[in-house]
Amino acid sequence: MTAVMADARLAKFKRRKTVNKVALVLSFAAMSFGLFWLFWILWETVRLGLGGISLATFTEMTPAPNEAGGIANAIYGSFFMVLLATFVGTPIGIMAGIYLAEYNVKGWLAVTTRFVNDILLSAPSIVIGLFVYAVVVSRFKSFSGWAGVMALALIVIPVVIRTTENMLQLVPAGLREAAYALGAPKWKVITAITLRAARAGVVTGILLAVARISGETAPLLFTALNNQFWTADMSQPMASLPVTIFKFAMSPYENWQQLAWAGVFLITVAVLGLNILARVLTRNKN
Amino acid sequence: MSSTLPAGGAAFDPVSESAKQKMINPPLGNAVRRSPLADKMFAWVAQGAAWLTLLLLAGILLSLILGAWPAISKYGLGFLTSTSWDPVKNEYGGLVMIYGTVATSLIALIIAVPVSFGIALFLTELSPAWLKRPLGTAIELLAAVPSIVYGMWGLLVFGPILATYVQQPLQKAFGETPYLGALVSGPPVGIGILSAGIILAIMIIPFIASVMRDVFDVTPVMLKESAYALGSTTWEVVYKVVLPYTKAGVVGGVMLGLGRALGETMAITFVIGNFNQLDSLSLFQAANSITSALANEFAEAAEGLHQAALIYLGLVLFFITFVVLALSKLMLAQLRKNEGTKT
Repeated sequence: MTAVMADARLAKFKRRKTVNKVALVLSFAAMSFGLFWLFWILWETVRLGLGGISLATFTEMTPAPNEAGGIANAIYGSFFMVLLATFVGTPIGIMAGIYLAEYNVKGWLAVTTRFVNDILLSAPSIVIGLFVYAVVVSRFKSFSGWAGVMALALIVIPVVIRTTENMLQLVPAGLREAAYALGAPKWKVITAITLRAARAGVVTGILLAVARISGETAPLLFTALNNQFWTADMSQPMASLPVTIFKFAMSPYENWQQLAWAGVFLITVAVLGLNILARVLTRNKN
Repeated sequence: MSSTLPAGGAAFDPVSESAKQKMINPPLGNAVRRSPLADKMFAWVAQGAAWLTLLLLAGILLSLILGAWPAISKYGLGFLTSTSWDPVKNEYGGLVMIYGTVATSLIALIIAVPVSFGIALFLTELSPAWLKRPLGTAIELLAAVPSIVYGMWGLLVFGPILATYVQQPLQKAFGETPYLGALVSGPPVGIGILSAGIILAIMIIPFIASVMRDVFDVTPVMLKESAYALGSTTWEVVYKVVLPYTKAGVVGGVMLGLGRALGETMAITFVIGNFNQLDSLSLFQAANSITSALANEFAEAAEGLHQAALIYLGLVLFFITFVVLALSKLMLAQLRKNEGTKT
């Protein structure tokens, strides 16, 4: 009798062991599955992108089908719009983050703003494009670089709000109390003490926001549209790297596709580089 | 995005949270050295920025409703169930795109949820400590890759491979089987609902996985150690202790991923085929989604009903993602509340 029971127990124990082993192997497989895609995508990007890059890529305008050319105007457009959008969006985001972390932590306005911000953070970016189209493009009857900047800035704001708030909350209360004890007014405490203490984190947030908008295509499709030529006039339609890639990749022309791969390579390097830089910054801080 | 932020874990620390907020306002008195005007202005600007965020959401909603009004007033809710989308006859219905969006997102969830769970399990319980950070970062980088890169890679690299090595064999094996045959009918060219779903899955894995990892990490060590002490295996600890404890957070993470999948635009536009049909429910058939219809047609759409119908689609999308994200927020908040009371 006892032998039978012991056998049954042993069998159950073995089954539990097996289940555990299977689960752990599957978990390992899942991890490899995730990494597999990352490396495959990066590998193809480098393999197909690096070959298409030459000096002309950076110096010549987007060509007609089957002609030589580069993507200089798209690179410039992307760079300029991302730069302006960051300058517009960052101060708003930082100020709202300060409000949430320093002024009104539990009031209804803060709770609502936090909720709305999370919605905006994950809202489909193409909807942001629709909004800017309705507000700017259809009113002025023209696609323009400004509209693109506005769409991108609207994406920057929630990202910066979120990181600024989180980082300010990490600042030890003792720092604030010490500054108040010295008689500093609140705005001085925030700008000179807490914001400065949270600097690395806030910069990280900005970098992540820049990385995010550098790769965004959807909000630019019907705001900045595209432009085959060089333009520094922000009231004109403006080329950008993602939209150019979209147009070229979908085309049947060999040289356009090659330029698209070159663009994909540049964008991936820039975006992943910014992400890694952001991580390194916070690691040193912590 | 939120999950990739380095401070994500900090939100789960209720003790230090209250300590941090101890002194948020300066002590009264000492009025001479507190420049009241600058102080007030700074406060106003900060509050104004918060208001701006609220207005932004209101503005988006309002402009979508206004823009979609011609279509809303003409079709009403019947728009959601009609399949005709014909710019020439000026007749519009959204069911094809809504079906495409929902179907691709569901496929993505079916693949991404178990994989993300496995990754979170690996990162929290199995991985050696020195590998946790690099591996976690690598998974998070999957979220950083721009969606246009996924799209181009999916169309030109992944699609053909999927067609040759997965779709054609599947069609050969199940083409004649009833029901299953219908799912694998259609041209096996690597473009359509299935490939869009798979690529979406890859894109949302990092979001779901890092939320799962973060919530698994907040499970009190005491609980886990108790279970181990009773002789549980690693799997039993995760499945019977950690998972029930973090249920709400896990569901919240899945919802977050779903929200991402629903709103994803460029990757889908590349691989879904942009073909307005709902005649066959085949997974290999080219289809259309809300986002890809917007991306392809909006810039060229004539003002009037066509544009209004597209904006109506955008409004539907915004509404769906809003509900999904709000649910996800609620779930995660619930976990946080429990965390505050139980530990």
